[in-house]
Amino acid sequence: MIAYIVRRALYAVPILIGVNLLTFWLFFVVNTPDDMARLQLGVRRVTAEAVEKWKAERGYDKPKYYNGGAQGLGRVTDTIFFEKSVRLFAFDFGNADDGRSIRHEILTRMWPSLALQLPVFIVGLAVNITFALLMAFFRATYLDFWGVVLCVAMMSISGLFYIIGGQYLFSKVWNLIPISGYAGGWDAAKFVILPVAVGVVSGIGSGSRWYRTIFLEEMGKDYVRTARAKGLAETAVMFEHVLKNGMIPILTGAVVVIPTLFMGALIAESFFGIPGLGSYTIDAIQAQDFSVVRSMVFLGSVLYIFGLLLTDISYTLVDPRVRLE
Amino acid sequence: MIPVLFTTDRLVWLLVAAVAGYFLHVRGAPHLLLPWKRVTRSASGMSALVVLAVFVSVGLLDSLRYRPALDRKDEKGETVYAVEAASVLDKIASPLREHRERTYSAPLATRAYARETLEIPQADGKIKQVREFPRLAWGGTHLKDESEHAQDVAMRGLVGLALALIVWCGLAFAAVSRCAYVRKAGRREAWLAIWRAETAAPWWSMLLTAGTLLALIGPALVLCTGYHVLGTDKVGQDVLYLALKSIRTGLVIGTVTTLVLLPFAVTLGIMAGYFRGWIDDLIQYLYTTINSIPGVLLIAAAVLLMQVYVDQHPELFPTSAQRADLRLLFLCIILGLTSWTGLARLLRGEALKLRELEYIQAAQAFGVRDARIIGRHILPNVMHIVLISLVMDFSGLVLAEAVLSYVGVGVDPSMISFGTMINAARLEMSREPVVWWALAAAFVFMFVLVLAANLFADAVRDAFDPRVRVGGLARA
Repeated sequence: MIAYIVRRALYAVPILIGVNLLTFWLFFVVNTPDDMARLQLGVRRVTAEAVEKWKAERGYDKPKYYNGGAQGLGRVTDTIFFEKSVRLFAFDFGNADDGRSIRHEILTRMWPSLALQLPVFIVGLAVNITFALLMAFFRATYLDFWGVVLCVAMMSISGLFYIIGGQYLFSKVWNLIPISGYAGGWDAAKFVILPVAVGVVSGIGSGSRWYRTIFLEEMGKDYVRTARAKGLAETAVMFEHVLKNGMIPILTGAVVVIPTLFMGALIAESFFGIPGLGSYTIDAIQAQDFSVVRSMVFLGSVLYIFGLLLTDISYTLVDPRVRLE
Repeated sequence: MIPVLFTTDRLVWLLVAAVAGYFLHVRGAPHLLLPWKRVTRSASGMSALVVLAVFVSVGLLDSLRYRPALDRKDEKGETVYAVEAASVLDKIASPLREHRERTYSAPLATRAYARETLEIPQADGKIKQVREFPRLAWGGTHLKDESEHAQDVAMRGLVGLALALIVWCGLAFAAVSRCAYVRKAGRREAWLAIWRAETAAPWWSMLLTAGTLLALIGPALVLCTGYHVLGTDKVGQDVLYLALKSIRTGLVIGTVTTLVLLPFAVTLGIMAGYFRGWIDDLIQYLYTTINSIPGVLLIAAAVLLMQVYVDQHPELFPTSAQRADLRLLFLCIILGLTSWTGLARLLRGEALKLRELEYIQAAQAFGVRDARIIGRHILPNVMHIVLISLVMDFSGLVLAEAVLSYVGVGVDPSMISFGTMINAARLEMSREPVVWWALAAAFVFMFVLVLAANLFADAVRDAFDPRVRVGGLARA
């Protein structure tokens, strides 16, 4: 098992290198640091000195790949590529444009993100599975039909409207909860409850419809017919056989997102003023802070690849038929 | 006038030509026609198609552009043309576009939404200052007396409904004639069959959908000759006009993106599955890498870089509309480059399966070249997957546009889209009293478009997916 995990983890290395090269290419080759400097400082009236100063402040004034002027190892390490890209592998993200350490920001901001995303994930999964099971149980009845219609309708509403509608109803009309903001500790609950509810509701449409097809597929299989033939009640068939077997694709499919829960929800966080990684990313995009965007791209990829690894492991744990090669 | 076509317009018309060509091709091939016949049997799918047809025609009208002639002539006596191109939709909706208010006004209102200090000259020559809701610059100015407002609105609404009824009767007559022709029966019998929803094609559902749409369009059309039907926004633009213009942006994002992603997904996906070995490894590596980067971030990074490029090359973009258009095209390209991975993976799996089948092995044994095997034997057999995934992706792309515009990496802020509409209207919900109409208009238009696209996509999937037909889902 450990050997398998190690081997799977080694597969991730070339992908991470690929991500790293791609981001380097996007941020430093397609557009040079001079271009970035001019964009940030304003295109029209910018002097060459101002551009050089901007670059020097961020360490973009070094040679790209090979520093002929340096000594020994410095020829390779004292370059933009090493400083900005290779160091990401050690999670050394450098500083944002406001001078703060990106690493420190990530470490403090991931907890509010998690406080929002973890409940959304768990409650959402529970709600979707319940609805899907209900629709599958009453399949081919009006309940099922209108359930699917409702799901398609809910899928067709942009996530932005759930957020705006939720804020309007609960915070403005009914004055139940603060419209946005965040507090540490248990006080977080009153700020987080509405974003969590919105996150769960906006996911119901696609989620329960998808799980419904999984359950229906499972119910068409031979072992279910056998279970019915030996006289099991329909509820027993559903909960004993269909639910358990249907959970395999559902859970293994859900595992991949667990690590990325740290990344937070981009839109919800900025609407609700939650100081997580999602709002950090959006602020960085809007302020055109390239170093933060680059770091978040890398972090997101690492977490996603970690999620893929977890998926593979969870397959072997849940389904004994899957063997480790 | 001088016709102008922006880059995205050309692509849109190219797509229209491609779709038309595809249907001409399908007409001659019974095995390709069969699944489409199944689509025409689906009540929800065909009703959705009616709605989509309305949206697409608005979008196409908005993709025909020209530079209108101005009234004045230059020194040589030649006509001067406007710099900014207008679309046919702009021309049709010119009453909406030109009659602007100063700021917010509610739907069908005759007066502004906020009190202002007005100076009213009195009979004795003095000027009296009052704070009240001023009359609008255009909405309801045709009324002699404001007390006629409700009556006028009702009258116009009824006229609109009557117009809608006439058009609907025409449509119903066409449907009955067609049905009578197909059944080789009389019109009366055909009408009864449609009325009882007994026809094979869901004529009744389609007529019902068309009737609902007409009942909304008719009154809106008549009312918009005298009022702002959906009110005006912060700078006094007609919200109905904004919503109509947004349709094209959404459609372009949903369709041109697929045009970009298709070549990548199809060639790379099939090659990976067919050749296997190192080609497969390389292509899999490529799409896993792209896939592992969070989508929004990759798009954001690419859009930021595009902004740098646009800022440095102002000479490439003579007018702001052209700049916005090119930015829309870039956005489609970026979305396409980041979203081909899903389809490529599906096609790889299918090609892996197909290459083991006897007829492919026979072709290989006969010494048919690989390129020919892929083109003649594999590609036609994966087309249903391509088609299903294209129609399924459409609604997601329309929704994505709104989110990206909110993040600030979507379309150009000067381009009218659902995203920019929502973005502008978002803060209006916290005003007192609430300005709800702009957001509501964006919500309704977007919801109807995406819902119709989803329903149509489901119908296409049910008709084309062999798994659904043979067993499994259909049986359960």
